[in-house]
Amino acid sequence: MSHLDALPPWAAILVAVFVMLGALFAFVGSLGLLRLKNFYQRVHAPTLGTTLGTFFMLAGSITCFSVLHGRPIFYEILIGVFLTLTTPITLMLLVRAALYRDREEGSADVPQAQLHE
Amino acid sequence: MIRRWLPYPILSALLLLIWLLLSQSVAPGTILLGALLGIALAKMFGLLRPPKAHLRNYPLLGRLFLRVVLDIFRSNLAVGRLILCRDRRVRSGFVAIPLQLTDRYGLAVLACIITSTPGTIWVSYDPSANILLIHVLDLVDEAGWTDTIKQRYERPLLEIFQ
Repeated sequence: MSHLDALPPWAAILVAVFVMLGALFAFVGSLGLLRLKNFYQRVHAPTLGTTLGTFFMLAGSITCFSVLHGRPIFYEILIGVFLTLTTPITLMLLVRAALYRDREEGSADVPQAQLHE
Repeated sequence: MIRRWLPYPILSALLLLIWLLLSQSVAPGTILLGALLGIALAKMFGLLRPPKAHLRNYPLLGRLFLRVVLDIFRSNLAVGRLILCRDRRVRSGFVAIPLQLTDRYGLAVLACIITSTPGTIWVSYDPSANILLIHVLDLVDEAGWTDTIKQRYERPLLEIFQ
């Protein structure tokens, strides 16, 4: 079908397992978005996709292309590094916006801002 | 002289490494271009007038990294189980943690650790009182979480950055 035919069976199985595991974690994370009850709980769910989901997919990609080219290829690690560095920014922005809104509305579910002298 | 051209040697080296990884070659031309980029971008970073970082104890940094990777694995499984077991009631809540860590870079690393670990999220940080507010998905005991964050992550970060 494609150049993937050159992949030996053991590598193909390993890559398939990695990709399926990654997809599974990303799926459970997305399911969490649907199932969890409030905003602060739902924010937790996508981190499954950005951590182990990404980890297994990158592992699959590294295995696949390292075997195909016959030399170690690991620049996919950079994807993981950049994802880890940038996810907190988006998540903190979202959570702080939600917290600000809830505090303004006087919601009882969130801790109030501490006042200083 | 060397300070002037290489104000951030570690940053320049990292940029060079990223460049070599991205272009997947170690030809002299690539190294030269990567080195020039590393030096130029590091000088531009200096224009932002970042606070100085004092990194110490690199072995501890490595151990902390391994510990965080293990914790991410474990909490992935825990949160996955929580999502898949529909009938289990999720008790989540906020925890306020008084911190000793004040170094900006240390706090940034702590933010990456807390947010990357499924189940905990950095909500807000109050620099005047030095209190960190986090949200925990499966909050069983509040004091336990304060201890976990302080012992497992803040203590090594204090040694590395402060």
